[in-house]
Amino acid sequence: MTEISQPLEKATTPKARRKPIKWSVVGDHTVLILGAILMVLPVFMVFATSSHDKIEIARNGMQFGFGDQLAVNYGKAMFEKGGFTDTVDGSLMLMNSLILGFGFAIGKIIISMMAAYAIVYFRLRFATLAFWVIFTTLLLPLEVRILPSYEAIQRLGMANTYSGLIIPLIASATGTFFFRQFFRSVPEELVEAARIDGAGPVKFFIDILVPLSRTMIAAIFIIMFVFGWNQYLWPTMITTEESMFTLVRGIKQITQGVIDSNDIPEFGQALALSIIAIIPPVLIVLFFQNWFVKGLTESDK
Amino acid sequence: MKRAGFTTIWLPVALLLPQLMIIAIFFYWPAGWAVQSSFYLQDPFGFGSTFVGLENYTDLGSNSEYLRIAWFTVIYTCLVTFFSLAIALLLAVKADKVIRSARTYRTLLMWVYAIAPPVAGFMGIMFFDQRTGPITDAFQVFGWDYKLGVNYTDTATAMVIAAVWKQIPVNFIFFLSGLQSIPRSVNEAAIIDNRSSTSRFWQVTFPLLAPTTFFLLIINITYALFDTFGIIDTLLKGEPGNNPMTLVYKVYLDGFRGNDLGGSSAQSVILMVLVLILTVFQFRLIERRIHYT
Repeated sequence: MTEISQPLEKATTPKARRKPIKWSVVGDHTVLILGAILMVLPVFMVFATSSHDKIEIARNGMQFGFGDQLAVNYGKAMFEKGGFTDTVDGSLMLMNSLILGFGFAIGKIIISMMAAYAIVYFRLRFATLAFWVIFTTLLLPLEVRILPSYEAIQRLGMANTYSGLIIPLIASATGTFFFRQFFRSVPEELVEAARIDGAGPVKFFIDILVPLSRTMIAAIFIIMFVFGWNQYLWPTMITTEESMFTLVRGIKQITQGVIDSNDIPEFGQALALSIIAIIPPVLIVLFFQNWFVKGLTESDK
Repeated sequence: MKRAGFTTIWLPVALLLPQLMIIAIFFYWPAGWAVQSSFYLQDPFGFGSTFVGLENYTDLGSNSEYLRIAWFTVIYTCLVTFFSLAIALLLAVKADKVIRSARTYRTLLMWVYAIAPPVAGFMGIMFFDQRTGPITDAFQVFGWDYKLGVNYTDTATAMVIAAVWKQIPVNFIFFLSGLQSIPRSVNEAAIIDNRSSTSRFWQVTFPLLAPTTFFLLIINITYALFDTFGIIDTLLKGEPGNNPMTLVYKVYLDGFRGNDLGGSSAQSVILMVLVLILTVFQFRLIERRIHYT
């Protein structure tokens, strides 16, 4: 109640020397702090617990405080070979994840920028047709057509390859749609001016349009990197060789380990690996927060 | 298309070609193939297939297990959508109100977006596990003998909680940006007219947020249907047994584990139709949204 009248009071009454506590503001902060705890505490506990010995975790459960096994667990998670063939370790999975994240984000941006440029800036008879052919793909997520996509990859002999991992994920129109919207908002005069100055379509694209789209490219890069990094179903199906596993795919393996082992499972190592899988995308989102929020709220409209 | 577009022919064709080729090979071919094989019964040993018409579909309609999974998917989707939207809306409204440390709250509330669903699922296992799970201990205090992976309802509870937790950030970001785009003058006028902040919220702010909410509704339904696959697969630990699962998981299970290609394809086609309906809704909403602003 008090906070409603607050802006009005401010205008009419002279400032009180000591502000009284506004209980509704305290309430707002309480709700927000509880929300922040809800989001942060589980991950913090995973991190804290990942520094404990497996026997201790099995006995005492998830921990709030840190133990002394941090280096041991993370060393094991990164460099201890595991899996059926004893060939895969955390560092290899980390590299695969980076290849998938970067490959997907960069590939998607290049291909969708090119397509959007062609659709928006050229007088093509079949531009509308191309538009619809591309945008129908927005309708069906990969999860729906997973089995036939897998068959297609098998027939093309692309299973267990990076291109087989990345390219089918690019076959959706989100990026193209995003760049199309942006290109359409670029003032018409720019093209006219460029043409008067004698710039051809290639020069216009590289010298004017790409520099203009920098922020947009950054925003979509962040979203696509996180999307690619976090892919699970497709990598699970397409990579049967353990040397191709990504970190997120590796989670399935460690969960299996936690369940199947008759001995005390390697809790610490498994938790450490999940933290390693969390860190890169979280860092990118945190560092480029403003671009990320802008990209997310504007691309999906 | 821009009015002052270029008129070259070969260049745009070359620019469009990569995208069109990828889409043709990895989208239209598989999608068409799914529709086709949904009308066939595959020999389990890979020796050809027989045309069976709509049999795969009618089989699903009379399969009590499939109907049970469909029913669970509906309830699961409703719960995940409702709770993640409600919690995110509450947090966004508060984050929009406070002045001090607003940015810190925003950061703390949105970063979980970057966590992969299967990681959230694995965290779910650790928190709901009988040996290590603090939440299981908490349930036990209230006399709930919680058993993840054994009891149907218990597993479903963990699925819903993990899925809601993972989805709050996206909804929060959209609600907050929706709230921030409401003009200041509207809020000030509302303050003069109506002194109760609760009724102000429901009568002024919430209707203005309606386009965002509708949009998020579709996003969340899609999320619950498809993107939670990683959470469900991890929580089920590869042993579906008597546990709940969603329709997408069933497609995967029948297609890969069960080798029932026809049945799995028919399920895929059903999901495709479902997504189509959702998308048509979404497009109509986008049109409304443009008129709105």
